[in-house]
Amino acid sequence: MAEITNEQLVARLQEKFGEQVFDIQEPYGLVTVTTTRENIIPMLQALYEDDLLQMQFLTTLCGMHFPDNKGQELGVVYHVHSLQNNLRLRIKIFFPEDDAVVPTATELYQTANWMERETFDFYGIRFEGHPNLIRILNVEEMEAFPMRKEFPLEDQTREDKINTFFGR
Amino acid sequence: MELAKQNTQIVTPDSYMQELTTLNLGPTHPATHGIFQNILQMDGEKIVSGVPTIGYIHRAFEKIAERRNFYQITPLTDRMNYCSSPINNMGWWMTVEKLLGVTVPKRAEYIRVIVMELARIADHLICNSILGVDTGAFTGFLYVFQEREKIYEIYEEICGARLTTNMGRVGGMERDLSPIAIQKIRDFLRDFPKVMREFEAMFNRNRIFIDRVENVGPITAERALNYGFTGPNLRAAGVDYDVRVMNPYSSYQDFDFEIPVGTKGDTYDRFMVRNEEIWQSLRIIQQAMDNLPEGPFHADAPEFYLPPKQEVYRNMEALIYHFKIVMGEIDAPVGEVYHAVEGGNGELGFYLVSDGGRTPYRLHFRRPCFIYYQAYPEMVVGTQLSDAIVILSSMNVIAGELDA
Repeated sequence: MAEITNEQLVARLQEKFGEQVFDIQEPYGLVTVTTTRENIIPMLQALYEDDLLQMQFLTTLCGMHFPDNKGQELGVVYHVHSLQNNLRLRIKIFFPEDDAVVPTATELYQTANWMERETFDFYGIRFEGHPNLIRILNVEEMEAFPMRKEFPLEDQTREDKINTFFGR
Repeated sequence: MELAKQNTQIVTPDSYMQELTTLNLGPTHPATHGIFQNILQMDGEKIVSGVPTIGYIHRAFEKIAERRNFYQITPLTDRMNYCSSPINNMGWWMTVEKLLGVTVPKRAEYIRVIVMELARIADHLICNSILGVDTGAFTGFLYVFQEREKIYEIYEEICGARLTTNMGRVGGMERDLSPIAIQKIRDFLRDFPKVMREFEAMFNRNRIFIDRVENVGPITAERALNYGFTGPNLRAAGVDYDVRVMNPYSSYQDFDFEIPVGTKGDTYDRFMVRNEEIWQSLRIIQQAMDNLPEGPFHADAPEFYLPPKQEVYRNMEALIYHFKIVMGEIDAPVGEVYHAVEGGNGELGFYLVSDGGRTPYRLHFRRPCFIYYQAYPEMVVGTQLSDAIVILSSMNVIAGELDA
């Protein structure tokens, strides 16, 4: 088993996707790249099928919200892992809030099913092609997407509520 | 006469045979060991399909974490997999320490290893003994519950709490192992193997138990990986992936231990892998106790390590740092960290995005239960209801971790 370095991984990605891989960083030793949402599934597929990299394990997938980033408010972060090479990679995509549609990764990984449902539940990101995109942790009737920054937690110090009504 | 005719029309042999029964297993069924629902379609005794519904105890940990400073998040992690909360606590500190760039001294790392392995033993004991209860063997459960109690007494000696430990500090431990704690760990190491051997003797070659668990709910290595399995459930399918070996943290590279793997990934393999891991954990604890290094039990990082309370009363510097840490006035650096530890159920990951404030900008927990529980329908289809119960308990689905 040849050791694959971060540089080789980045070189491999750039060789396949060229300009579509940008903002390459290495925070705390984990290669982090950004791509566009058109490229995310082809990229995951290429990493999956690559004989050398064999990145076939989706560690986790989660949403992000940066309300100040105009035009790129919402994001999805994928952590993929190659068990054979013990190499991890973080891929991010960003897109506007009013067009929150991303292709699904469920055809590559079964495990993406619930992760995508959770991301939809909390951020309202719709995954195109997902077999069963419904809320998973919150109630069906809920209208908000609670992890977005426009829904702050209640301030613990506020005094305009009558405590007896809330059992405290 | 008319009525009898109608009745025979309703239950013609064909319609009777084809009708499926909908069975709600849960949300609060004693055999689900937690609050989640499985809507099973049954053809007689056979399960045709299953739809899991979760979220009954969802507490919005990720959202709450966005308003809490780094110390205040430790109690949230306790409540994920509450059978082994010290592992969650320490995984969280290691994430923060990575972000802050704090180096933890060797003694603190060894103490952490000891506590984490004790927690793993407690977690596996509960899972395996509950599997015994679900097959009708209550004795084993009583045997090992006493041993879990001893582990909880060790926690109590180390930090004062038992279940939701909220153990220690970022940068090390809150206090050193006391002589009583060391004695208790040594007593545990001496007495536990006997009980464990009795527990194994009760199950490992028990014909009734084996009939109930062998070839029940098997999953291939390929499917398990595709479903994102980690931990004992993946290793039972034959993949030797263990975070402790692949990405060692807290000096795990210093210890000599093996990764037990199964072959078929059925309920029996999961049971055996957990049993074997208990022995390996004992080996690790023994080594850590024998080679416990001398030295400080916390990092020399006053701006991040909460000072001892006695110091706060006497020492001006300690008072200032205490105040600054508690009020969250010391900012974390901007950055993002992913750190994984081997939890009781598998890879427990923390993805932390910091914008330089006192709280995380975004914190995502990679909860192993949440990820692999979605394979449950595939594993139960074609089996019987009684098999569905043992598959569920052998997977060790903890509702607190499932929902978070």
